Amino acid sequence: MKLFTRRVFFTLIILLSVFTIADASDGNGIDSGATAWMLTSTALVLLMIPGLAMFYGGLVRSKNVLGTIMHSFAAMGIMSVLWVAVSYSMAFGPNVLGGWFGWNPDFVFLRGIDESILEGGVPEYVFTMFQGKFAIITPALIAGAFAERVSFKAYAVFIALWGILVYNPLCHWVWAEDGFLFNMGANGAIDFAGGTVVHISAGISGLVIAFYIGARRGFPYQAVRPNNLVITMLGAGLLWVGWFGFNAGSSISSGLVTAQALTATQAAAASGALIWMIIEGIHRGKATALGFASGILAGLVAITPAAGVVQPAGALVIGALAAVICYIAILYKNKLGYDDSLDAFGVHGVGGIVGALSLTFFIRPSWMADAAEAAGGTWTVWQQFGVQAAAVGIAIAYAGIVSLILIFVVDKIFKFRSTDKEEMAGLDSSYHGERGYGLINPN
Amino acid sequence: MKLIIAVIRESQLDEVREALIAAEISRITVSKVSGHGQQQQEEFHRGQKVIPNLIPKIKIEIAVNDEFVDITTETIIKTARTREGTEGEIGDGKIFILPLEECIRIRTGQKGNSAI
Repeated sequence: MKLFTRRVFFTLIILLSVFTIADASDGNGIDSGATAWMLTSTALVLLMIPGLAMFYGGLVRSKNVLGTIMHSFAAMGIMSVLWVAVSYSMAFGPNVLGGWFGWNPDFVFLRGIDESILEGGVPEYVFTMFQGKFAIITPALIAGAFAERVSFKAYAVFIALWGILVYNPLCHWVWAEDGFLFNMGANGAIDFAGGTVVHISAGISGLVIAFYIGARRGFPYQAVRPNNLVITMLGAGLLWVGWFGFNAGSSISSGLVTAQALTATQAAAASGALIWMIIEGIHRGKATALGFASGILAGLVAITPAAGVVQPAGALVIGALAAVICYIAILYKNKLGYDDSLDAFGVHGVGGIVGALSLTFFIRPSWMADAAEAAGGTWTVWQQFGVQAAAVGIAIAYAGIVSLILIFVVDKIFKFRSTDKEEMAGLDSSYHGERGYGLINPN
Repeated sequence: MKLIIAVIRESQLDEVREALIAAEISRITVSKVSGHGQQQQEEFHRGQKVIPNLIPKIKIEIAVNDEFVDITTETIIKTARTREGTEGEIGDGKIFILPLEECIRIRTGQKGNSAI
């Protein structure tokens, strides 16, 4: 009996492997290596969202820890459903309304891509799910700018509208084949993995909203002490890990560009963290854990647009530059008097701008040669800088203006800002009816 | 000298604290505690209503000179009540006032009224 079972088992394995081999070579065009890496990347980018939830969650007061974590988690629900329903169509369909966004009725509810395989041998489902993760993390990033003082319901409505009206058009302009920023200049505006689409747009929108709804009670005189820096550090670590999917996955392949992006990502994150630690050590006399984590993020954010086009030495410089400039930006934040609570603008907005502009000076020669060929002769660094600056300016203006309109409308209808009572009682008890650290007390 | 101990709702801590500071009573000790009272507090876990038997509360301890007892207790009562102007609700908490035998400031060794 035992022998029989074993024989059946082996037969099954042999049959299975025959089928697998047959599958890989049946000419349906799937590159299983690239697909495997893109599946991994998709999962890695999703891992960044609990990472962000932990990073932000640890930084607020204990009465707001769950509310802050929910800002990230709610985005996973809201943005994913929207992505399947309409956002993929808006982001990656062909131009409509003069190229404001895309639209392809076949992409609605992803109906038309059931059997579609992209040119690179990756099923379109994998590509759309990978891109969908970016649409989740971007609004979740904004939440850092208005932490600890907004109504959960209004937040949910806001990110849904923001995803549709800000993220989808920007994503279309930068990454769709007929997007106008994708085709700007000789070889396009460079935004490898979302410096403008994700970080600048989130940072600027956060800044606009922080100004619009005002500071938290007691800001800046009443110190807000992070409730748990340990989870903040763990969150920063998860973000770093997930970022390999974010950047290296953005090659939508598994090859040379993937390796280049992966290396640049590691180099920039490390140099950002190191430089932040050194600056803070000299300036304040102590190297804080939160400072190190902020340096990691500054480096990662800045290398996001650049990962595909710069070499490791350039990546080190970009990461360091981002740490220096973000550090200064956060110092000046308090002087300007707005309450960007968790530095969504200070790290993501500023870091994104630094990366998108400074990458111009570190582009690998082969890319510039391609650009020159496409331009029909010469293409200088400064010409590319002009393209980068234009893309950054457009992202800032568009995200800023539309966010202002959206926040005005959502605030009028749903009261975006918490009432004083809700804010004092904390988001957890006011909107979720739970407490984050209940188990610390016997109950 | 008196020691005022107030047990209040967690959600009212900031309101009580801000009002105490406004009344110039800023030397307080706060701790998280839990206990039984008349209140039965409902919480939701995965959509199920749950009534935990020990309810988390905040305990505030304030040592004051006798002339400050009234203003302190009035401030706490006003801000720890969850339905302002009316009777309040079960679970708003309690205040205990104890005689305080001695008070010593560690830094200077000062004793009594001036050390509070």
